[in-house]
Amino acid sequence: MLRYLLPAGVFAGLLLAFFLGLGRDQQTLPSPLVGKSAPLFELPRLDDPSQTFTNRDLDGQPYVLNVWGTWCVGCRQEHDALLEIARRNEVPIIGLNWNDDREQALRWLADLGDPYMISAFDGEGRIAIDWGVYGAPETFLVDARGIIIKKHVAPITVAIWERDFAPLLAQAGKTP
Amino acid sequence: MKLMLSCLIGLFLLNVAMVDSARAIDVAPAFEDAATQARYERLARHLRCLVCRSETIADSNAQLAVDLRRQLRELIADGRSDQEIMQYMTDRYGDYVLYKPPLVPRTVLLWAAPVLLVLGGAAAAFVVIARKSKLPDTDPDDPGLGA
Repeated sequence: MLRYLLPAGVFAGLLLAFFLGLGRDQQTLPSPLVGKSAPLFELPRLDDPSQTFTNRDLDGQPYVLNVWGTWCVGCRQEHDALLEIARRNEVPIIGLNWNDDREQALRWLADLGDPYMISAFDGEGRIAIDWGVYGAPETFLVDARGIIIKKHVAPITVAIWERDFAPLLAQAGKTP
Repeated sequence: MKLMLSCLIGLFLLNVAMVDSARAIDVAPAFEDAATQARYERLARHLRCLVCRSETIADSNAQLAVDLRRQLRELIADGRSDQEIMQYMTDRYGDYVLYKPPLVPRTVLLWAAPVLLVLGGAAAAFVVIARKSKLPDTDPDDPGLGA
């Protein structure tokens, strides 16, 4: 009896392991920054290098930080969704323009529309490293206490926004 | 025939030369001091390029790897210890940035797997051999020399 049951059991075990293992999302890496304070930064503005922008100015209110670049195909994909989310006016969206060319980035916003309250220019990718960014587009939600409460890697869609981000916004607005 | 052989040898040498040049991380050494340069290269080979996944930041020329190498050089120049540098990276990117996974409860199975596989194989071999050795030495269908 055992000589039939044992291989069948092993096979069933493998089947279960593959079913659970292969169904998992292998692409998205968990960020250690979720639940921690958003790294502070001060960067030149994309539209005006002589002026700087710092996320300190957003203390006490929730905001979205979206990492993008004109070289990034996924950013082009999600652009319309970002425009739609911006139109809803639920939360300001800050752009972190990552390792990009300033002129091309400005042309992109002029051509496609600008969903960002402001875009900061991270031409050397230093702030991106502080935020643990590894692949644009990445979207962070920071609450009023300055804590990162959600991170999404890959193009965002309105559906993902409504499912994963919008429900958090009500909580996100509260300061302690 | 001779021409083909020398072509092959030439290709082989070219290949060796290319592999060799690919081993150097940057175009020029980053540090004048050989010991610091060696430390830099060792640390770079312990950090994963998060875009390319199966490469270290020493092997990859993805923009993120280039940026992380610059960060690494600056941290070294800043006098940070190996542990501080690895902490800096894991604070931002999690344990996955370490090319050699740390031994924590979550990775016990990963680290134990080779030993478990060898032990499992040994156990299976033991059972099979023990069983076979109980069988009579001669095959009844083929009496062979013993008959």
